Parts: sequence; structure tokens; C-alpha cells
Amino acid sequence: MRSKTMALVCAALVTGTMLAGCGGESGAGGKTKLTIGLFGNFGYTELLKEYASTHPDIEIQDRTASYSDHHKNLAAHLATNNGAADIEAVDSGYIAQFKDTPDKFVDLNTKGGDQLRERWLPWKWEASLGKEGQQIGYGTDVGGLAICYRRDLLEAAGLPSDRAQVAALWPTWQEFMAAGKRFQASAPAGVKWFDGGPTVLNAIVGQAPVGYYDRSDNLTVGANPDLKQGWDLVVDGVRADLSAKLLYSTPVWNTGFKQGQFATVTCPAWQMAKIKDQAPETAGKWDVTSVPGGGGNWGGSYLTIPKQGKNVDKAVELATWLTAPEQQAKVFTSSGLLPSTPKLYEDPAIVNYRNPFFNDAPVGQLFTDAAKNLKPQYQGPKAGDVQTAIGNAMQRVEQGKQNGEDAWNQFVGDVQKLTS
Amino acid sequence: MTALDRTARRHRWDTRFAPYAYVAPYFLIFGVFGLFPLLYTIWVSLQQRSLLDADGASFIGLDNYQVLFADPYFWNAMGNTLSLWLLTTIPQILFALWIAQLLNRKVRTRTLFRMGVILPNVTSVAAVTIIFAQLFGRDFGLINWGLDLFGAGHIDWQAGTASSHVAIATMVVWRWTGYHALIFLASMQAIPPSMYEAATLDGARNWQQFWRITVPLLRPQIIFSTIIATTGNMRLLAEPLLFNPGTAAATGGSDRQFQTVALYLYEQGFSNWDFGYSSAIAIVLAIATILVAGLGYLVTKRIQTD
Repeated sequence: MRSKTMALVCAALVTGTMLAGCGGESGAGGKTKLTIGLFGNFGYTELLKEYASTHPDIEIQDRTASYSDHHKNLAAHLATNNGAADIEAVDSGYIAQFKDTPDKFVDLNTKGGDQLRERWLPWKWEASLGKEGQQIGYGTDVGGLAICYRRDLLEAAGLPSDRAQVAALWPTWQEFMAAGKRFQASAPAGVKWFDGGPTVLNAIVGQAPVGYYDRSDNLTVGANPDLKQGWDLVVDGVRADLSAKLLYSTPVWNTGFKQGQFATVTCPAWQMAKIKDQAPETAGKWDVTSVPGGGGNWGGSYLTIPKQGKNVDKAVELATWLTAPEQQAKVFTSSGLLPSTPKLYEDPAIVNYRNPFFNDAPVGQLFTDAAKNLKPQYQGPKAGDVQTAIGNAMQRVEQGKQNGEDAWNQFVGDVQKLTS
Repeated sequence: MTALDRTARRHRWDTRFAPYAYVAPYFLIFGVFGLFPLLYTIWVSLQQRSLLDADGASFIGLDNYQVLFADPYFWNAMGNTLSLWLLTTIPQILFALWIAQLLNRKVRTRTLFRMGVILPNVTSVAAVTIIFAQLFGRDFGLINWGLDLFGAGHIDWQAGTASSHVAIATMVVWRWTGYHALIFLASMQAIPPSMYEAATLDGARNWQQFWRITVPLLRPQIIFSTIIATTGNMRLLAEPLLFNPGTAAATGGSDRQFQTVALYLYEQGFSNWDFGYSSAIAIVLAIATILVAGLGYLVTKRIQTD
């Protein structure tokens, strides 16, 4: 009876094929419809088609939003127990905040996750565990760190452009800034050494043994010498006019890639996909080499299954498949995202992979080395917001609104307020 | 009881209760979408409550308000909101009066122009803001290019308080002027031409006629427009949010230089997940909007008919 009424209401509300809102379980032709909420480029376009072709009963719809919109929307959908996609991606900057409410997500350990844990890097697995050991998400990629640079611009300024020689320019971040000053002295007009202070600072912070939080979720911001040293170093670089002052992941930053406004950008593996999407016409001009200071991680994501979904089991199945080593390998070769499954770091198909867009750089070797050297950093509950606050502080210095000290002090105050 | 009696009684019932039935949908809808959210927001504002953890909420009385009134970022946002309110509402009304006056003349393809002024209002606010943010771009923006042409140099529109407010106000004024102009135009057409004819005979110039006849007679519409513009601009969110996209969008600039109260509410609620605090902001914003709208009403009411 109820379903009959429901059907009548649906028929009255919508006609034709737009039945999506009614019932939700079934798509066209009685297929199960799964939605997946993503941000940025996960390299899933081909994989989702492949999955749909081997699972004729399933129809997949992906919704991609910007980084901050995606996470804010997800929080709102979880709060109202309505509107979340069947699978929702969560970035490592936000995973700690979301794992504080594990009951909003399906505990993957109850769906066979505990059998699969060996697949992932141990720290990747642990970073998404809830208080009582509930696994809220399967790891997708990890960041790893490298530097992407424009060969042509370095040559134009009289610096070497060969990968090994470029890496030798910057064993440390101090030397990276020194090389920047040399570059800036004879750089082409309008070209700066790096894209923006906050981007460089994020890489430096990502290398520190302790980031914004210690392992008991206490903020370290005021007391952590690594943070302050990194901050001072980048402020110094900004003062020496090495920064193009473009705010990371904004339209002007994208334009910066197209217009060649900067010679280097810190490159977690996922950044390579961004550069390729942003400025396809710069193919061959870019190259990748190792990062100053070695190791370090920035970013990497998880696929979670919100409990409110109507097709939880099918969603778990799809998320498990998408994050399985075979699929992570495909994502690496198609989009450059670094797998979080260590088994692949020995796989010759991965290790020998070269990226044609980046002048055939041996990114397989480079990033698997980076992943093996990676000292994981613990991410606290509001790491994403702290990162925003420190980015704002650096931007105030770049905009000439404040000096380094004032901006830093205001940042420390902001962070205290954030967690009070 | 005869059939006639029954009909008569039904008729009496009908006249007695039908009016309530007719107005009931409004009150039902107002109750569900207006009154209930308002009361619920007040209730949440008295709690310490995380966005995702409704069960862990605890009643803390007026603590959120106490913290709020001592919060410099809230007052900063309030200052920005009032500044943007002044920068948007006044030019909006003046431009709208001017445009309505132009459209009221006998020009060719009048209808086309009249339809044209409403176009900015029907385009999506997101699209408008993204395009304007490009125009106001620091390095490759059209406006800086124009300024450069005249040797006025580059402006980093997002960086400064005044420059960012001007940029955001431009978007709002562009979007809403046409809407108000059409309201004014409709009432202008109702003013009898004989009044202008008499004024012309008395030797009044065009601008005198405009300020002495047109504007005073439009007083009710100007009051209406001011109140509509005020309630809209006091809760300005999309324009400042999209003006500075990226990960820091909710803070409204590196130093919160264009963070409005609505944006601060959004940051506290959906970034910091402090549901109780953001509800308190919502209540204070609602009260502030009523006060400012009242102020606007008092000012526009003083328009006198000579």
C-alpha cells in the first residue's frame, strides 16, 4: 500500500526519467544507483566506467566539488543525516576531524576490512581509525613529496635544468631559497621562483616529525621549533621577492600555470594531475625532481561510506575495489596519484613508470622512493583549519599587510581560538 | 430537519471557517519554514553543540552570547557587514532611480531596455561572482588592465579592506539595481503627467521636477526597496565567499578584511563545527538586520512631499 502511494506521489511529482529523488535505490532500468562524492582529480573516470561495465546492475554517478566545498558539504550532510553520497572521499587534512564521530560512517572492519588491512601502509590504515578501532575509510593515494619545475624557465635564468643537477641545487630548503635568489637575479620578466608562500610552507611542515598536533591531539603550534623555522625561511623567501603570491588552488593559481608565472611548485604526487589538468599546453616543459630535505607527506585521501546511504553493502564493494592495489596501480599510471598499498612499490610496472607530460621523468622511481622514505606525520582533529590559518598568515605577509612576526603571532592566536 | 436547513447551516459554517482555511496554508508554511527554524536556532544557540554530535550537546545558557560579544572577529565581521550595507544599499537606490528615470522617457525599443535591466538579477549569483572575481584579478584582471592603461597602477583588490569592499559592492549593485529600477519605473508611470506639466509652467527644471515631484511620490517604493536591500545585504554570503575561492574561502580574505557576519556564521558552523556558536551568531544577525532595516525605514520616511 505504502509503495503504491509512494509511486503515485512520485508519478505526480516527476514524469519521464527524472525519478532520482524517489526511493533513491533504483536508477534507470532497475539498476542500483551509487553516488560517489570527490574533490579534485582522483583519476577515477576510466575505473568507474570499467566497474559499471563488469557490474551491469550498477549505475555510478560521480559528483566532484572543490576541496573545501566538498568537506563542508559532507559535514552538513552528516549532521542532517541526509544528502551524503554513497561513497564520500575525505582528505588527510580532514580525516581526524571526521573520525571523531565514527558512528556516522560504516565501520569497514565489520565488512571485512580487518581481513584487508595488510594492503595498506600501516600509518595510512591507522590514521582513519575511530576511538574504538572502527575503520571509517579505505586509503586511496598518499602525497609523497617532490618538486615540479619548468626546465625552460630555469635554463632562461642560467640555472641547470637536468634532473640530477637540479636536485643537487637544493639538498635543503635553505639552499632551495638560495637557488631562488640566483634564479630571480636573471629570471625572465614576471617569473618568480615559487608559486606562493603557503604552498612551500605546507611541504616543509609535511616533512617535520611533528606537525600541528602531537599524538595526544595537543596543538604544538606555539612550541614546535620546526614550524617556526620553516615559517621564517619562507618569510625570508617572500621578502626576497621569490614568490608569485598566488594562493594555492584558486583560479589565479591555475592561471599562473598557464601563464608560466613561477618556475617551481612543490609536488605531492597528486599535484602532477592538477598541473596536467590546469595547463595541458605546457606538456614537456615541466620536469620532476626530489624535494629539499627528503621524504615528507602532503595530502592523500580516503574513501568513506556514510551510514545514511541506502546501498551500504554495494558501496563498500565499490570502495574496496577502487582502493585495491590493482586499481591504485592504474590510477598511478593514468593520473600520477601515488598508491598507499606498499606491495606496488616493488612492482616493476610502477617503479619503471615514466611520465611523458613531465619530460619522461622517472616518477615511478621517484615517488616509490619518496613513499619508502616517508615518515608519516600525525594529523590532529583540526589540521585542515590550522593549515588554512597558517596559509592566511603567510598571505598577509605576501600582501604586505603584516611583517613575519605579527602574522605569526596572529596565527598562533587564531589557532588557540580554533580549539578553545 | 429539511434539506433547506442543512444547506443554510452548511453555508453558515462555510462563511465562518472558510477564511481560516484559505489563510491556513500560509501559516502552516510559515510555521514549518519560518517559526520552527527560528525557535530551534534559539534553542541550539543556548547549547554547546558540535555540528555532527547532536547527542553530545549540553545546555550552557547564554555563554555563547557572552563569548560572541567579546569576540573581535565577530565585531570585525559586523563592521564589514555594515560597511558593505552602506556601499551597496545607497548606490543601488540612487542608480535605480536614475535608470528608472531614463527608462520612463519615450525612447525607441523601450521594452528591450526594460527587460535588459532585469537580466543581471536572473543570472546565477555564483556565475556573476566568479566573473567579477576575474575582472578584479590582481595580475590579469580587466579592471587592473584598464587602470594600467591610464597609468593608475595595479590594485590587489582582495588584499585591502576598502578595495575588497568596493569590488564586492560592485557585484551586488550590478545584480540588484535593475530589480529596484523596475519597481520605481512602475510607480513613476502612475504619476499623472499633469503634475509635470504644471511644474513646467511654473518654470521648474528637469532635475527640480525629479527631486520635488518624482522622488517624494515614490516614497513608499523607496522605503520598500531600502528594506528589501537591507535584509538582503545584511546576510551577504555568496559574493564574499566566492570572491576569494580556494581553501580559505570562509575566512573572507587573509585578514578577514571582507568577512561578513553571514560568512563568519558559515565558518563557525561548517568549518569549526561549532553549531551552538553559529546559531548565536544567526540570532544576533537577525536582530541586527531588524535594527538596521528600521534605521533605513526612519531615514527614507523623512522624504517629504513639498
